[in-house]
Amino acid sequence: MTKLYRKPALGLLAALFGYVGLGPVQAADTVGATLGLIQQRGELFCGVSEGLSGFSSPDDKGRWTGIDVDFCRALAAATLGDAAKVRFTPLSAKVRFTALQSGEIDVLSRNTTFTFTRDVNQALDFPVTTYFDGQGFLVRKALNVTKPRDLDGATLCVNQGTTTEQNVADFFRTRGMTYELVTFEKSEEAVAAYEAGRCDVYTSDASGLYAQRIKLHVPGDHVILPDIISKEPLSPAVREGDDRWANVVRWTHYAMLTAEELGVTQANVETARKSDNPDIRRLLGIEGDLGAQLGLSADWGYQVVKQVGNYAEVFDRNVGAGSPLQIERGENALARDGGLQFAPPMR
Amino acid sequence: MDKAPRRPLLERLTHGASGRAVVAQLALLLVVVLAGGWISHNTIVNLQARNLASGFGFLNYTAGFAISQSPIPYSEQSTYGRALLAGLINTINVSLVGIVCATVLGYILGLARLSRNILISGLATIYVETLRNVPLLLQLFVWYFAVLQPLPKPSASFDLLGLAYLHNRGLQLPSVSLGAAGWPVFAAVLTGLLVVALWARYRRYISRLAVLVPVLLPVFVWMVYGAPFEAQIPQLERFNFVGGTVVRPELMALIVALSTYTAAFIAEIVRAGILSVPRGQIEAAQALGLRRGHIRRSVVMPQALRVIIPPLTSQYLNLTKNSSLAVAIAFPDLVSVFAGTTLSQTGQAVEIVGLTMAIYLTLSLLIAAAMNLANRRFALKER
Repeated sequence: MTKLYRKPALGLLAALFGYVGLGPVQAADTVGATLGLIQQRGELFCGVSEGLSGFSSPDDKGRWTGIDVDFCRALAAATLGDAAKVRFTPLSAKVRFTALQSGEIDVLSRNTTFTFTRDVNQALDFPVTTYFDGQGFLVRKALNVTKPRDLDGATLCVNQGTTTEQNVADFFRTRGMTYELVTFEKSEEAVAAYEAGRCDVYTSDASGLYAQRIKLHVPGDHVILPDIISKEPLSPAVREGDDRWANVVRWTHYAMLTAEELGVTQANVETARKSDNPDIRRLLGIEGDLGAQLGLSADWGYQVVKQVGNYAEVFDRNVGAGSPLQIERGENALARDGGLQFAPPMR
Repeated sequence: MDKAPRRPLLERLTHGASGRAVVAQLALLLVVVLAGGWISHNTIVNLQARNLASGFGFLNYTAGFAISQSPIPYSEQSTYGRALLAGLINTINVSLVGIVCATVLGYILGLARLSRNILISGLATIYVETLRNVPLLLQLFVWYFAVLQPLPKPSASFDLLGLAYLHNRGLQLPSVSLGAAGWPVFAAVLTGLLVVALWARYRRYISRLAVLVPVLLPVFVWMVYGAPFEAQIPQLERFNFVGGTVVRPELMALIVALSTYTAAFIAEIVRAGILSVPRGQIEAAQALGLRRGHIRRSVVMPQALRVIIPPLTSQYLNLTKNSSLAVAIAFPDLVSVFAGTTLSQTGQAVEIVGLTMAIYLTLSLLIAAAMNLANRRFALKER
């Protein structure tokens, strides 16, 4: 009888058996344990977009910047004490939820709209809204369009797999207007087609329109209509059934809002540690045990403000007065200033 | 005479060559079944643990999005199932048109490469070598954005006799509608052609006047319905043309890119087939005094087709699957509409991707089966 090692087929069979028999059952037991997993791993896996100025885009040195990116850095500062311990994964609109559901990323911070279907039917949770936005239209000035009603019969370029397609359908249908929709997989392709003249209008979240307009050849030739046709609360997403992690995400954002309310900034956080104000002392962890209740270290709030900043600083740096986009605070101002950003008391 | 006694079972399974083969195959089957079962079990357990919806019930939900070019009536209130059908028909249309164009172009190029004229064969070689080696997605972008950029916008479009307009949003053509007589007239044309084809096949001689049958029969049917006629000429409104039909640049770019790319491969297959015919056949035909065109049609091509058809099947399958690149240029094919928009909106990735793969598999198997029928006709009849 020939020696067994001369039969490659047997070796293949043995390898298959070994893989099948001893292979891991994937991930079902990690549902609900994301916070522990991150702390054990020592790195936060954050899902971002493939490049949207102001929200998540790599700069010329390859470093990620944007308001969504800064939120992930704040999460890393809160859970791991170091805002640099983040791995960013660029995701297209099509795969973003699958990546989160499968466990490839811990949090999706990708200018994603919080909707009923996504919250209820897709096993996702949206703990808090970090940016209140709405859908707008970008048109050429030469077309003399002043309001969306003038767009009857127009051609619109949109990004596939977003709430934009459905909003356009609803808006035009209920007003009895006709339109044609040209749907691209990537927003760069949609903007390129708009600029080439394939469409009359490019429609997306208003913040995205500002970001795309500055990249056009002659930004001044294009105007963003003032009318907003939908509500787009952009929120980070986590897996459903993971309340501990959802709490961390929610209260990290509220910590940044509270810091803005109390006047604590990146620059003065060191001196604020010596403050007598009980709200500031609880935020920065000098007093109380808020950090322990969340499962984080006591100085989580201090690390967030020191390494990333408060909400006003993050907003201004990425999309506001200190950035090329120059978007007004508007709905994203604090509630006491007339906006919608409101943090419950941290006590 | 007695038969030899059968050996014990264990000895049969391990000592004889066929016995060992049976054991090995059973073991492999067991491994494959176990692996498949483990993957399905893993998927189901994880989907349930994460509370993700499953099943195909979503196909009945309202879609809520528009499709820019739909071959069937479709509105935002149609179901996802209808969107799937629209995308599927778009894919089939593009694939069929692409296959026909690629074959014709590939045949011409294959002959051109074999031409004795250095200029023609040189140009054909450059074409084949360039287009085979550049990725299809890049070629698709070139056709789409190279077609869009130079064409004027609708308000300044090229005017073709006042009936048709060419601009960067498409080719606007006038449309003619025959009202209620539309389908009957179409059926009459097909019937007429079928009658003429069968008549020519089964009777040696067919009068030249018989070609009038597929022309007169539809006209007669049209008169019976009261001769309805409605023509629409495109009119320019504020943003776009309204009326008539339009061929969109997405469709044009996709068909052109797919056809030219696949034609480069088909050209090489055709060339290989023609070169495979023994030189003696051509020399014998020349000795009989046949002219070049006649030789190619009657002697070379039937023998070349034996070699051409099997690899041609692969190219057709490649073209069908490559049509899924349509999503990059906003053409609503199956992948774009179903595995793109619908997947993003419902989140049921496993069912949607599985169904899409099953559909492409079915399309490919159908094409392969059709080509196998053709192959059987040309294959050498062996004893």
